[in-house]
Amino acid sequence: MAENPKNVRYTKDHEWARRDGGGVVVGVTAHAQEALGDVVYVELPKVGDAVTAGSPFGVVESTKAVSELFAPISGKVTKVNTALADEPSIINTDPYGAGWIVEVEPSDPSQLDALMDADGYNELLAKTAT
Amino acid sequence: MVDFAGWDMPVQYTGVVAEHEAVRTAAGLFDVSHMGEIEFRGDGALESANALITNDLGRAANGQAVYAGLLNHQGGFVDDVVAYRFSPEHVLLCVNASNREKDFAWMTENTPRVRPVNRSDDFAQLAIQGPRAASIVQALTDLPLESIATYRFHEGTVAGVPCIVSRTGYTGEDGFELYCPPDRAEHLWNALLEAGRTAGLVPAGLGARDTLRTEMKYALYGNDIDDAHTPLEAGLGWIVKWDKGEFVGRPALAAQKSVGVQRKLVGFEMREPGIPRHGYAIGKDGQPVGEVTSGTQGPTVKRAIGIGYVPTALAAEGTPLEIDIRGRPVRAQVVKTPFKR
Repeated sequence: MAENPKNVRYTKDHEWARRDGGGVVVGVTAHAQEALGDVVYVELPKVGDAVTAGSPFGVVESTKAVSELFAPISGKVTKVNTALADEPSIINTDPYGAGWIVEVEPSDPSQLDALMDADGYNELLAKTAT
Repeated sequence: MVDFAGWDMPVQYTGVVAEHEAVRTAAGLFDVSHMGEIEFRGDGALESANALITNDLGRAANGQAVYAGLLNHQGGFVDDVVAYRFSPEHVLLCVNASNREKDFAWMTENTPRVRPVNRSDDFAQLAIQGPRAASIVQALTDLPLESIATYRFHEGTVAGVPCIVSRTGYTGEDGFELYCPPDRAEHLWNALLEAGRTAGLVPAGLGARDTLRTEMKYALYGNDIDDAHTPLEAGLGWIVKWDKGEFVGRPALAAQKSVGVQRKLVGFEMREPGIPRHGYAIGKDGQPVGEVTSGTQGPTVKRAIGIGYVPTALAAEGTPLEIDIRGRPVRAQVVKTPFKR
């Protein structure tokens, strides 16, 4: 499995969040895409939609399952990755890069600090592995 | 791995889409040992099995199999089965894993004569499916496979393992289902994979099995057909042979035929982004009219496709429908099936 980058924060629901200028880019982790399998459809919010930390903001579907996406932080959606409409599988091939999902203008940037760092997330994965 | 009727089954080995595409273009190998086998043997075996199913073993040749419904007295599916005619004194029914005990009890209770024997633990089953399946199996057997037509079978050895070699499957591709002793299944599995490596044979899991069969609109028991739905509603009228004589469920089915079915299992395609899933409501002009029984993004047809029951008046090709996807009506349209041609 791909290494989990140090420069992003992680949720227990296997989303990641990365500060990028004033915004926060959000995606799903390598572990999430692997568990999902081939991603075939992504339901995205619209630019301007409000998202709330811990609440669903979209849906990722693979051939085998439907999974909700949970917002790592609260704020307003400023960008969505429209490339996912035509090629949702980039979530599988590049979950931390081209497979990003939305960018959010955070209402409280300090919420990021409450999320796990790479070490904490790796620990979580190790604990939940069977 | 997932728990499937008490069996540990892999959903995927490398990935559902890659495995699906391998089956459509080269070959895939499925371990379907969870399937059950129920046997009728002795004088009157064929008549007894035939009295329980909708299709007609009487008109089949020895060495021929038929797809059939095993019905309850209301005409609903107890199960869907493949019935193998070895001879008038020997018939084997392949049944769904989750229905093994239910089917066996039902057959025992309703057989006119010969009592069935549950042989499920005596068989493993490997399915090798895809355009290259025959040439891969041929390298491991003396049986002349070109002489085994679709829905025909032979007994022989493959890689030294005694097998029932059946030209059947659940994918819409050419291929074989191999029934063998469970203690030889691992050897057979490894030998097939080895023989097929250069031809592109890959192990395939439940996930690909489901997308492959959905593209063909093959029914999955528990999803698309069940105790409350009849073959006529499921679009499986062709497996009901009215001229064969009595069979369990026939009177109810005949009554339904005479008044006409009220609902039909149709295939539909999404006309807007979204994937239909089992259990989603089907609507028409804002009113709920049915339910999705199976749905997926079809890797070969490259469209979001679904199957579901709708009132007969809405079953015609081209009929617009709405699928309720997480509370949002998404446009769909009834289309000709199989989706994959």
